[in-house]
Amino acid sequence: MPTMYSSAFASPKIVQHLNLRSNEKPLFDPSKSAPPTSFFGSTHEFCLSKTTTLSSQHRRSAVVAAAEAVKLRKSNSSASPSNLLITKEEGLELYEDMVLGRVFEDMCAQMYYRGKMFGFVHLYNGQEAVSTGFIKLLKKEDSVVSTYRDHVHALSKGVPARSVMSELFGKATGCCRGQGGSMHMFDKEHNLLGGFAFIGEGIPVATGAAFTSKYRREVLNENCDDVTVAFFGDGTCNNGQFYECLNMAALWKLPIIFVVENNLWAIGMSHLRATSDPVIWKKGPAFGMPGVHVDGMDVLKVREVAKEAIGRARRGEGPTLVECETYRFRGHSLADPDELRDPGEKAHYSSRDPIIALKKYLTENNLASEADLKAIEKKIDEVVEEAVEFADGSPTPPRSQLLENVFADPKGFGIGPDGKYRCEDPKFTEGTAQV
Amino acid sequence: MAASIQSLAAASSLSAANSIDSKRVHASIPGRKASFLVVRSDLRGSNGSNLKGHRVGNLVTNAVASPEAPASASKSGHEVLLFEALREGLDEEMQRDPRVCVMGEDVGHYGGSYKVTKGLANKYGDLRVLDTPIAENSFTGMGIGAAMTGLRPVIEGMNMGFLLLAFNQISNNCGMLHYTSGGQFTIPVVIRGPGGVGRQLGAEHSQRLESYFQSIPGIQMVACSTPYNAKGLMKAAIRSENPVILFEHVLLYNLKERIPDEEYVLSLEEAEMVRPGEHVTILTYSRMRYHVMQAAKTLVNKGYDPEVIDIRSLKPFDLYTIGKSVKKTHRVLIVEECMRTGGIGASLTAAINENFHDYLDAPIVCLSSQDVPTPYAGTLEEWTVVQPAQIVTAVEQLCR
Repeated sequence: MPTMYSSAFASPKIVQHLNLRSNEKPLFDPSKSAPPTSFFGSTHEFCLSKTTTLSSQHRRSAVVAAAEAVKLRKSNSSASPSNLLITKEEGLELYEDMVLGRVFEDMCAQMYYRGKMFGFVHLYNGQEAVSTGFIKLLKKEDSVVSTYRDHVHALSKGVPARSVMSELFGKATGCCRGQGGSMHMFDKEHNLLGGFAFIGEGIPVATGAAFTSKYRREVLNENCDDVTVAFFGDGTCNNGQFYECLNMAALWKLPIIFVVENNLWAIGMSHLRATSDPVIWKKGPAFGMPGVHVDGMDVLKVREVAKEAIGRARRGEGPTLVECETYRFRGHSLADPDELRDPGEKAHYSSRDPIIALKKYLTENNLASEADLKAIEKKIDEVVEEAVEFADGSPTPPRSQLLENVFADPKGFGIGPDGKYRCEDPKFTEGTAQV
Repeated sequence: MAASIQSLAAASSLSAANSIDSKRVHASIPGRKASFLVVRSDLRGSNGSNLKGHRVGNLVTNAVASPEAPASASKSGHEVLLFEALREGLDEEMQRDPRVCVMGEDVGHYGGSYKVTKGLANKYGDLRVLDTPIAENSFTGMGIGAAMTGLRPVIEGMNMGFLLLAFNQISNNCGMLHYTSGGQFTIPVVIRGPGGVGRQLGAEHSQRLESYFQSIPGIQMVACSTPYNAKGLMKAAIRSENPVILFEHVLLYNLKERIPDEEYVLSLEEAEMVRPGEHVTILTYSRMRYHVMQAAKTLVNKGYDPEVIDIRSLKPFDLYTIGKSVKKTHRVLIVEECMRTGGIGASLTAAINENFHDYLDAPIVCLSSQDVPTPYAGTLEEWTVVQPAQIVTAVEQLCR
């Protein structure tokens, strides 16, 4: 199946050798319609029902491009089971992951309003297809780098719900021992490299993780084909770190996938008001990597694009920039009154809820019954409730934890007036030492 | 200047000769590795006490301690310039551990703007000595991501001032990530580069970033000043599991000194006793060490006996060596190249006042650079930085 899409990704080689004075057509010319391959596509059963009614010209053109590609696929394929994009097991896995993300985030909102968690909490409702679509294709050794909207990325990568919930409650059993919080989810075992509060800050870190992968392969001669996926939003695409990393990743052909979760809004700043050219996927070819646009409300489409991008990275062909058109159903954070967004826009995207869409796909294609899906929903409810109970019952971090982990080598606190290292002071382990 | 450097070399080789004694002293202290020479610079151990016995009169021509460096130490070893010592340290560590890599602008084919990485790209390849595009924030972040996933990068800022562009990554990720991840990820990076006031380089190339970085929790800062301590600190910084910022100085790269042939690593947290004395403690680091030693010659001729300590570790301070000295002399003069406001001297003054107030006979005097952007004109530049004459005057006033 991936071979159907390989031609789209093979063509950037032309871009890299492209002599700008030649007569060759540039790739991804925005004034033309979608390229003739169908890498945007999903099965004909699961296509966009109508073109969007959004007022933005740019958004419409991008969405129309996807819709046209889907129509192309529609004329090519038939409805036989062998054309389905997923098996039953895969379908149930995707469904479970998305439901986990949704139920967990809803529980977070509840817990926040009950005073169990504090600070800035950014919920992922509506964007589950992007996280599930990409991360469920990764191995445990692959790395994921996220932003402050990282709860669902953590869950998709395999961090247990109870660890994430504990971390949100600020308990010592959290994945970061209560020291990180909502915006700083890290997990070494599952290779979740954060959790960053400033936008764009995680992209260089992701580039570094991809660099390690290449280094291990080429300098240490290990059999390493680990890839890194960096998630970030539309606002980040106006930040310098984004462009600097696109350059370096393409220059050294690093095994990284840049995933833009374009939900059109950076708190209250509309993407269209902040960006001179709002079409983000176009910025990939400017740096010599393929830029792909995909409907981020459709987990199967995202998964198809992800398969190809991850495959490219694993084969050593370099980075890909994927723009996922998606939407967050809630405000930017639980503190955001969300007054600026047009109710019509919200309604439009609510009607394209990725979980409902997948449910429809699974039942209509007889991949799963209503009962199977209900069982999953019940299981997830139990998992999330258990996570809350676990977090509630966990201890808060003791004072002794205050000074630990500032340094990997606590000698870094230096030598005290008595000649001993400060970390040798017994008060250090109590958390009351003068450092 | 040359004479003081030669005599400094004598002092340094003396400390190397004491290293074996120091090793014995250290073996019992937890956390200190005894697998290689860890040289303690306060000359503790059986030979240390000799130095205090020298009367001021013997030191008229030679401002540093003990001219009788053991013959074996001065004949063995090899002479290097400071940038070569840094390169040696880097080369040895890259050879020892294949995960050590270098990234920065012009470090590879060009060999480094001050030739610290010259030849390393030929030896280790373009990926291990990586020429980056001009994107400090991003390649510093890349180094941090690589460190989190198992490598040990040495990130070079072509001039330390350029690292202001990387402040986001250094403060947020380098310093904080170990803590916010609950200790899961370590960031064993070394961030190094030339800084300080040079010869008419203009304001932006003459910055002292140690004062800006010192508040960042989770990082260590060291400043090298001699070829001997440059190599030792470079190796220690690379081997440390903590993120370390190593400050070099643009004007010190051509200092020559004889350093030992055998492998040695210095301690990142310790200060270096440059010249023991009785009357006043002078705390300094980096280039100002040489201005202080030049002033010390004048002071000795006038009958003073200054104790000079190169603090080396800018964060954290070695309060033991400093405290011992304060308890002996009761007078402190800090000489630094940082600006007056919020500089290393300001923090050091606060730390000494807090910890050793009872031992002080006079208020601490801190000589720092003027709070001005470094001017281009040579005369103006000279007046922004502390000069030996000012140090002599300050000691005379302090010891009245």
